[in-house]
Amino acid sequence: MSKPNNYLIGIFDDEDVLLSGVKKVRDAGANIYEVFTPFPVHGLEHALGYKRSKLPVAAFLFGMCGTMLALLMMTYMMGIDWPMIIGGKDFIAVPDFIPVTFELTVLLSAFGMVGTFFVMVGLKPYATPEVYDVRQTDDKHVMIVDLDKNKFDEETLRAIIRDAGASEVNNPNSGLTNEKEQEEYAV
Amino acid sequence: MQVTSPVREPLVTGGKTIHDVTEDVCSRVEQAPTKTWMLAITASIALLLVGAYAVWRTLWDGIGMWGLNKTVGWAWDITNFVWWVGIGHAGTLISAVLLLFRQKWRTSINRAAEAMTIFAVICAAMFPLVHMGRVWIGFIWALPLPNTFGSLWVNFNSPLLWDVFAISTYFSVSLVFWYIGLIPDFGTIRDRAKNPISKAVYGALSMGWSGSAKAWMHYEAVSLILAGLATPLVLSVHTIVSFDFATSVIPGWHTTIFPPYFVAGAIFSGFAMVLTLMLVTRKVYKLEDYITLTHIEYMNYVIITTGSIVGCAYITEFFVAWYSGVEAEQYAFINRMTGPYWWAYWSMMACNVLSPQAFWFKRVRRSLVLTFILSIIVNIGMWFERFVIIVTSLHRDFLPSSWAMFYPTMYDVGFYLFTFGLFFTLFFAFAKFFPVINMAEVKSVLKSSSGEIADKK
Repeated sequence: MSKPNNYLIGIFDDEDVLLSGVKKVRDAGANIYEVFTPFPVHGLEHALGYKRSKLPVAAFLFGMCGTMLALLMMTYMMGIDWPMIIGGKDFIAVPDFIPVTFELTVLLSAFGMVGTFFVMVGLKPYATPEVYDVRQTDDKHVMIVDLDKNKFDEETLRAIIRDAGASEVNNPNSGLTNEKEQEEYAV
Repeated sequence: MQVTSPVREPLVTGGKTIHDVTEDVCSRVEQAPTKTWMLAITASIALLLVGAYAVWRTLWDGIGMWGLNKTVGWAWDITNFVWWVGIGHAGTLISAVLLLFRQKWRTSINRAAEAMTIFAVICAAMFPLVHMGRVWIGFIWALPLPNTFGSLWVNFNSPLLWDVFAISTYFSVSLVFWYIGLIPDFGTIRDRAKNPISKAVYGALSMGWSGSAKAWMHYEAVSLILAGLATPLVLSVHTIVSFDFATSVIPGWHTTIFPPYFVAGAIFSGFAMVLTLMLVTRKVYKLEDYITLTHIEYMNYVIITTGSIVGCAYITEFFVAWYSGVEAEQYAFINRMTGPYWWAYWSMMACNVLSPQAFWFKRVRRSLVLTFILSIIVNIGMWFERFVIIVTSLHRDFLPSSWAMFYPTMYDVGFYLFTFGLFFTLFFAFAKFFPVINMAEVKSVLKSSSGEIADKK
């Protein structure tokens, strides 16, 4: 999804209010661009209707690569390229290969999965963070609703978000940054 | 707004709000360094520099500077290696195993414990590297790389090589696990930063983290799987370290009990070191509301459990030596108790088996002073354990004409001091520049019950 240009920022104080709020906003027929929270809120991805993370699959595949790599490497080095009798063991002494196979499985699985995670979430040292409100990494939950991608007008959307439990609804483009200012404007 | 449950003790006391957590942790990073911190880091760097002389002489003149001899080929070096690796077990255990068991009290201590793990493993790795003699080539020879000897490969049948893989995998996976946890907290520091340099540095470290629901969903999947991967990894590392001994034919070493016994010992010493460090950090940083007496008591439970497992292992070893009927084995154990190194054996027994039994008493478990003293005693005991296993098994060689004693030189001592200097320098630097408590995770467990909020819905 591309970043919204014209949007409303709903600020929620509490994670439980946010969870029910997300459901209410979606039930009202509004489309939520994304929710930003300072800590993981369990069940939020279900409330937003996201599909389960596929990272476990990546971890498994990278892990399998590690297993194969380790076994092939050791079989080649110890069994084919330069076989030597060590302690009367077989050239390809599979039980002796288990520790290194395990370690390489874990290593590749962990690094592969974390690399995939960085790519999927777009984490890189020079990335510009999507910060809509500085409190989103402190103590507030921030809901972004794209005005261009909703069938409702701004006033209706504001009402929907406020009814869902938001403590503030801001629009950075119209300069209406909080409830109070908005009331003054209405007067 | 913390809601306290009527049945459970809160994990974070003092009625902290979510914003208070940010404030309490970030302010340590943002403030100018305190006098105490300056003093502590100066002392650590001084220790590092004193030790650096011993390291320099060891590298320049060779490991002949150490007190090793033909009979006792492993002594302080490998003792220190196993000791540091053992200490490095608590961090990943706390963050991985306790995550899988859904032990929420881990959230206050996992960050510092993981940092400790990483620094301890760095200290540990120095000993086998230097023990190889020529560090600059030994480092390469330990890896399966093509070389000029017709590609003479490393020996995959050797537990010493398994150790290379185990330690390096453990180090790198722990580092990644630690860093993944740090990313959201770096984001918090970035968004609070006023100074453009810290904004840029923490911005780069946070890798553009914004805390979107999608990112958290993937983040949670990554944490869970890393925990699942790290759990067997923690157990495997000290298992493989114990293979260094257990697969040999030295009496006192080749016992099948070693893997579980070493793992229990590692967790034992690791938790003791976590306690030593956390009790100081908590006091200096005034984190009493986050690391409560309950946290300390839980860690003491782990100490008494693993301490008792270790005690059982000592007795089992002794019994099996007698029961096996193997004279060399029996002699090795009698020699440990009554031979020239009797003082090391009995120090080990007193520190590791007797002293943690004091934790049966609730007053001791919840006493900061006693816990601190006992945590140090435990680590002294664990150092003696490794010394006893290594030196007393080696010093009575198969031929009595080769029997010898080990006397450490100032370079043995200096090298050990160097690792202490390194460890504390890294730890103090971490405590100043990194968030010492995992803010995001603590925030997520702040509400221990949500009765009041449920009414609002």
